[in-house]
Amino acid sequence: MHFYMKRKERKKKTGSSPRTRRGKLVSAGYLLPSAVGVLLFFVLPFMIVIYYSVVDNPISGQFVFLDNFIMVFNNSAFRQAAVNTLTFSAVAVPLAVVLSLFLAMMLESKIPFKSQFRTFFLSPMMVPIASVVLIWQVLFHYNGMMNEVMGFFGADKVDWLNSSYAQVVIVVLFLWKNLGYNMILFMAALSSIPKDIIEVAVLESAKPNQIFMHIKLRYMSSTILFVTIMSLINSFKVFREIYLLKGEYPYPTMYMLQHFMNNTFGRLDYQKMSAAAIMMAVVMVIIIGILFLTENYFGKDVEG
Amino acid sequence: MKQGSDKNSSSANTALEQWRKQVLRKKKIKNARTLVRISLATMAAAVFAVLFLMPIVLTITNSFMSASEISANYGQVFATTDSGGKMYISEKVNLKFIPDMVSFSQYITVLLKSPEYLLKFWNSVILVVPIVGFQLLVAAGAAFGFTRYRGRVKEMIFFIYIILMLMPYQVTLVPNYLVSKWLHVLDTNWAIWLPGIFSPFAVYLLTKYMRRIPVSMMEAAQIDGAGEWQIFRKICMPLCKGAMCSIAILIFIDYWNMVEQPLILLSDAEKHPLSVFLSKINAGEIGLAFAVATIYMVPPILVFLYGEDYLVEGITYQGGIKG
Repeated sequence: MHFYMKRKERKKKTGSSPRTRRGKLVSAGYLLPSAVGVLLFFVLPFMIVIYYSVVDNPISGQFVFLDNFIMVFNNSAFRQAAVNTLTFSAVAVPLAVVLSLFLAMMLESKIPFKSQFRTFFLSPMMVPIASVVLIWQVLFHYNGMMNEVMGFFGADKVDWLNSSYAQVVIVVLFLWKNLGYNMILFMAALSSIPKDIIEVAVLESAKPNQIFMHIKLRYMSSTILFVTIMSLINSFKVFREIYLLKGEYPYPTMYMLQHFMNNTFGRLDYQKMSAAAIMMAVVMVIIIGILFLTENYFGKDVEG
Repeated sequence: MKQGSDKNSSSANTALEQWRKQVLRKKKIKNARTLVRISLATMAAAVFAVLFLMPIVLTITNSFMSASEISANYGQVFATTDSGGKMYISEKVNLKFIPDMVSFSQYITVLLKSPEYLLKFWNSVILVVPIVGFQLLVAAGAAFGFTRYRGRVKEMIFFIYIILMLMPYQVTLVPNYLVSKWLHVLDTNWAIWLPGIFSPFAVYLLTKYMRRIPVSMMEAAQIDGAGEWQIFRKICMPLCKGAMCSIAILIFIDYWNMVEQPLILLSDAEKHPLSVFLSKINAGEIGLAFAVATIYMVPPILVFLYGEDYLVEGITYQGGIKG
């Protein structure tokens, strides 16, 4: 109470002092370079992109409202790219969340060489994709090692990179690259769960799976949200693997939104690009919003 | 009376004994169970570790093969991309863990005879290093601005930063392209540098860190007559040293890996970084590819070995987006 009073008093006293006003100005000055940069390189051009997406062409500026969106949406390449990207994310993101949680719990279960294992799991994150693409090509070639291993178990040969199995391959490559990063986030979350709560639960003879479902998962709900969002964003970067493996026109099931964008850039069709970018931004905002709401619902009675 | 109590105590003793034995047995079972669980977990971790490390190790070991051994083993994989009909192509693709003969011929060729790879490597350095340095610099100021005198306007601006950070590259790509075009920096390094330097990522992370510094510390300095610059320089910067290292590593990894930006913003292939160029190595030069790939891995791996703890800390700070 006393502290609160003091603070309030102080605020009142200093709120109007010229010194504070000067401080506010100076601190805004520190912010300025970044704010101007963000405004100039991200916010303003994004406004222009919104404008481009609803006009006929930049020169005449005729307002056509949703025509561009409808045109992009009716474009078969775009639709294929969108479906592929969504399918990939819908499969890869949950897998990335669950598997990395599994890895984190594995490391947190007091196994020996914990820090070494952490280093090993994290190392794919450091390695440039371009460097390991060669090995992926060798592994997943028609006559490559994967098929040899599969043949050992009596399975038929599969042309991994040039068939519908390609999607399996890119999910594997995505997981390889991203599990370590997610795992670190989960490890931090696991170690920050208050120990006494778990001890009380054990005393009250809660089963391990109950502790996991009702205590650990709820305490980690904000981390799960964050890992999901980051995995989602990173799942759009899988274009790098695909491009480096297969170039601009890969097998149709690997044709991603970024491919569509790149190939549209070649034709400099601003309206189409803008409409596609806006659509993607809207979808992202909706997905992230839903994730936040879900997390709010599940983690509302947990502090911290 | 006495007898009764004796009897009682002895029976109590045996009960106690039994109970103790039971507890001991339970403990033993529990211990055995944890032992099994831990050894299972260790084995699973070992399997995962092998899977995670194998591609990296293979790339490195294969870089010590001679060119002829590479084309004999993998000729078939890479021959399709080019007209390289001259070389011997084996029936099978033999993935080798250890080369038949350790040879440095790949490295010698890359380092001494074909300067184009080193040139592309240099392109990568030129593109990435200024972004890491200046993004940190700009972010340090911005984070300080967001930390001092927080108000509604600043929180709103910060929210815009978060939204921008969460947008995938496909969304910011078109704006980036348009700005580069208006500033007439398309096809120059500036097209990559400028959006990189003002990227909101480092600002977000550093602000989160700086806001954990107790306000009382800065207020005390202020009462002692320190100006904003001194508070920034003498309090915030020293306390944020670790965080700056973490963020620098995260930025570095991200941009060392870039593929999308150069493809769109640099149409001149001469300016492409090695990360893009590596995929365009044709079959005739496949004998060098593993050495080039390994050389490209060296800087991030060195950074990783030196700064793993910083990296882990940086990732941890990224978590808890609501905080």
